[in-house]
Amino acid sequence: MRLAWREALLAFKRAPMLSALSITTIAFSLFAFGLFGLVALNIRKALVEVEERVEVRAFIVDGTTSESTSAAIADVRAFPEVASVTLVTPEQALDRARRELGEFNDVFDPSILPASLDVRLKGGMRDPATVHAVAERMKTYDFIDDVRYGEEWVEKLHRIRNVATIAGILLGLTFATVAIVIIGSTIRMAILARAREISIMRLVGATDSFIRSPFLIEGALKGLLGGLLALAFAWIANYVIGHFVFRADFFDIRLSVLGVLGGALIGVLGSALSVGRHLREV
Amino acid sequence: MIRFTRVTKEFPRTGLALKEVSFHLARGEFTFLTGPSGAGKSTILKLIYLEEQPTAGEVKIAGASSVTIRNKDVPRVRRKMGVVFQDFRLLEDRTVEENIAFALEVTGVGHTTIQLKVARLLQLVGLSSKGPSLPRELSGGEQQRVAIARALANDPVLIVADEPTGNLDERATRGIFQLLKDINASGTTVLMATHDLELVRSTQYRTIELNHGQIVFDSRADVTPPDAGASV
Ligand SMILES: Nc1ncnc2c1ncn2[C@@H]1O[C@H](COP(=O)(O)OP(=O)(O)OP(=O)(O)O)[C@@H](O)[C@H]1O
Ligand SMILES: [Mg+2]
Repeated sequence: MRLAWREALLAFKRAPMLSALSITTIAFSLFAFGLFGLVALNIRKALVEVEERVEVRAFIVDGTTSESTSAAIADVRAFPEVASVTLVTPEQALDRARRELGEFNDVFDPSILPASLDVRLKGGMRDPATVHAVAERMKTYDFIDDVRYGEEWVEKLHRIRNVATIAGILLGLTFATVAIVIIGSTIRMAILARAREISIMRLVGATDSFIRSPFLIEGALKGLLGGLLALAFAWIANYVIGHFVFRADFFDIRLSVLGVLGGALIGVLGSALSVGRHLREV
Repeated sequence: MIRFTRVTKEFPRTGLALKEVSFHLARGEFTFLTGPSGAGKSTILKLIYLEEQPTAGEVKIAGASSVTIRNKDVPRVRRKMGVVFQDFRLLEDRTVEENIAFALEVTGVGHTTIQLKVARLLQLVGLSSKGPSLPRELSGGEQQRVAIARALANDPVLIVADEPTGNLDERATRGIFQLLKDINASGTTVLMATHDLELVRSTQYRTIELNHGQIVFDSRADVTPPDAGASV
């Protein structure tokens, strides 16, 4: 194992330009991946915020007794999907309308607005199907007039999120593949430069895994360094954007570590593919 | 130690390199392999150090058989033999010591053992003072001694040499040959392919001569296995 590490480190010393080049290419592909990751991260965050505002509003028929209203509140609160139920009186409804819509500034009679039950759903239960089911269940109370929950809006939100997730995964896989190919070919150059050495190693009885290990370490180190570099680039980009455009979230420690480890994994995969191919060829 | 049973080797473009070759080398024997260029000498050696597989027939080396051997067992068998080439095949960017140590590191020998062993091997091949030199700083004969020291590193039971003196002048040739004789005298089986008929005639060692991929002469045909008798 000591020999493997020494050989791997020697590889950097033997071909410093090639090593620097491959680390930079890895860094750039991971950086592109990271930038997209940041965009996805921030879209997700924004969507979560928007999604938190998803609510079902059930309008109560005029003249319903406060007993039946309280009973209904207790009932709805017991739905497994429901996080909270608030009773909004006509006065509160007018207040809110004034705040949100200028047209209501001149209206002073609260009775023109119906009272409503505002229902918030638990996180993870805000998809269109669940929201629809909850709305339908509430419609079964005969003192409930109408239930609104912005169907179109909820559905659109969901579609955006799904598209963003799929696009993120596809782009991520593409970038990872590109990075693997790049690492693979730089390692391949290193392998070809040392083909003689490898054939001599085999001749003196080295096992394939012994021959492979320095290259795998080399790939992992390059991936790791590339990953760190990419993280630094991404941080700088995020800082610059935060300074001049708008404040965006950065990866937390866990995601950062995961990203750098991902770089190492890409490095190992790239070199494993190259070495495997070479060992099969000779 | 080595047994070839009706071994045929065919290469994709060049055709038959060996035709039903059978012979047996006993443990501790010194044998020359001779014959004109293209006769198949190197091919026989490659079959022995498992670089090639026979197209038909069976090669047995130190208990392993080409018919049943699995890829992962190849390194273990190779550690039982040392291989020497005409072009030395040393690593140019490493010192003499490192070149020899390399063969030991590959098999996972400890650091202290390696140092002791390298010193002993250098002494054996008469290069004790050349440890820190690079291969290009040595003469051809000295480089071949380093290659032989490397071949001996794992205490092989067999040395396979493909024209080890092919690039050397007469003096160096005699030195290398003497070294191989000494190695053989200590019990190691040696198989040496050579063009140097003068060298072959100057000794009483067994000689197998190949031509067009077949054995045309064996100075000790009596030790070839009985099933090879028909083809001789
Ligand atoms: N890897 C290979 N691919 C195709 N043909 C080969 C290969 N190795 C050897 N041959 C062919 O096999 C035949 C025997 O070659 P080999 O190298 O064994 O001869 P040799 O006796 O060692 O000759 P020399 O004295 O010139 O070294 C030749 O015709 C050669 O062209
Ligand atoms: Mg030859």
